[in-house]
Amino acid sequence: MKDSLIALANDALGSARDLLPIVVVISVFQVFVFDESVTSLFSMAGGALLVIAGLAFFIFGLRLALFPIGEGLAHALASKGSVFWLVVFAFTLGFGTTIAEPALIAIAAEAAEVAFGADAIAASAEAKIGYALGLRLTVALAVGVALVVGVLRILADWSLPVIIIAGYCLVVLLTTIAPVEIVGIAYDSGGVTTSTVTVPLVTALGIGLASSIRGRNAMTDGFGLIALASLTPILFVLAYGIVTQWT
Amino acid sequence: MDLILSGLSFVVDSAVDVLPIAIFLFAFQRLVIGKPLANGKRIAVGFIFVVLGIGLFLDGLELTLFPLGKLMAQQLTNPEFLYEAVGKAVNDLVWQDYYWVYIFACAIGFSTTLAEPALIAVAMKANTVSGGAIGVWGLRVAVALGVGVGVGLGCYRIVTGLPIHYFIAAGYLVVIVQTLVAPKLIVPLAYDSGGVTTSTVTVPLITALGLGLSEAVPGRSALLDGFGLVAFASLFPIISVLAYGQLAVLKERIPAILAAIRYLKEEE
Repeated sequence: MKDSLIALANDALGSARDLLPIVVVISVFQVFVFDESVTSLFSMAGGALLVIAGLAFFIFGLRLALFPIGEGLAHALASKGSVFWLVVFAFTLGFGTTIAEPALIAIAAEAAEVAFGADAIAASAEAKIGYALGLRLTVALAVGVALVVGVLRILADWSLPVIIIAGYCLVVLLTTIAPVEIVGIAYDSGGVTTSTVTVPLVTALGIGLASSIRGRNAMTDGFGLIALASLTPILFVLAYGIVTQWT
Repeated sequence: MDLILSGLSFVVDSAVDVLPIAIFLFAFQRLVIGKPLANGKRIAVGFIFVVLGIGLFLDGLELTLFPLGKLMAQQLTNPEFLYEAVGKAVNDLVWQDYYWVYIFACAIGFSTTLAEPALIAVAMKANTVSGGAIGVWGLRVAVALGVGVGVGLGCYRIVTGLPIHYFIAAGYLVVIVQTLVAPKLIVPLAYDSGGVTTSTVTVPLITALGLGLSEAVPGRSALLDGFGLVAFASLFPIISVLAYGQLAVLKERIPAILAAIRYLKEEE
């Protein structure tokens, strides 16, 4: 109990140190660039405390729950030797975490709003909702596929750089035939997918898997899943743009 | 009181976000592995802390950082501010005149990345797995530098309206060359750093910045130019982390090189 409290206090101290640069940047801009006073920022001190407490709780909880479960499951599945269940696990993990991703929900709605404003989609509420949902499903599917490829890569020892480089060559190729207005959103969706919850879990899966297979280095094989999960959404959304262009 | 209430609603939201993943993990544990979780109590407490943490964190962002970020975007593109800074009317502005935008974009990309919880988690993991060879702070600073440069350059692209894929293609060309020469150990970690930086905290913030910018700069449209900052923020950390790996190797080699020089001198 005492050790946990010390760990939590340490996390809080770390969080406070992390927030400092943001406070400094914005204060400097307010005072020196815009000639405003800092006192207007004091009202936001409560929010800053919430950020510090939240960061500390999050990191503390991660070490207690998410990392051990992810690693434990990956270990158990890998030693069970069932490639089928590993692939199912990877796909569901990617699809499930992405479809619930708050940042993706926000960005998809924003993209639909922008497309709507520029008359790129039909002028109806249904078209807007459909566009946003289509985007989210496309991205979730892409992340699911990415994790499957990533897991197979760790099992079969494929080269990550080769897959990534080939993927990005394909991205450049698809960009030339995709409608112009989807390109920016497609490129962005690569970064949007990997959230606060997904990243630690997916990293734990990769590292757990790599460290439970003989002859694999957790360092060179364990990481790389997130890279794939950032690549496939670009491909899938570009393809989504090309397909919806025809319909 | 309002603070507590809004905090509660955020905690409920984050519970809803985390719940499907939690159910899925438990189901997998029971149905496929066929045995109950070890340390069930400890894991339950951990999940409660994760949910509380995300909830409080997002609540704090909404109260503090988002209003500030929006305020900054408005102030930076305000015609009066730009007139004072460079002495030109809105329609005579060239890309250099928006320099405060780039400076702010760099600073905000750098500082938000440094505070990113997902990155902290991955950096700690990398530190453990590499046996201390990869420093937690070193990695975080490398990623943050990459994001800062990326968001700054992304703002330059929005202001000028250049096609995004030129930048992305050129960036990945650099990544390919670096991959060939960087130490193998750092490569997958570097590739992951790109995705890690741009999570729930950074994405809405810089997306709002990009859309606001594309609406404020004459001749740009939100549809064609507004998106893309997240992509830049994902690409440049790969380059900077690979560079971090290359620097670490170089640093290791310096004593060896110096020793070789000394040896050669003694030979003479």
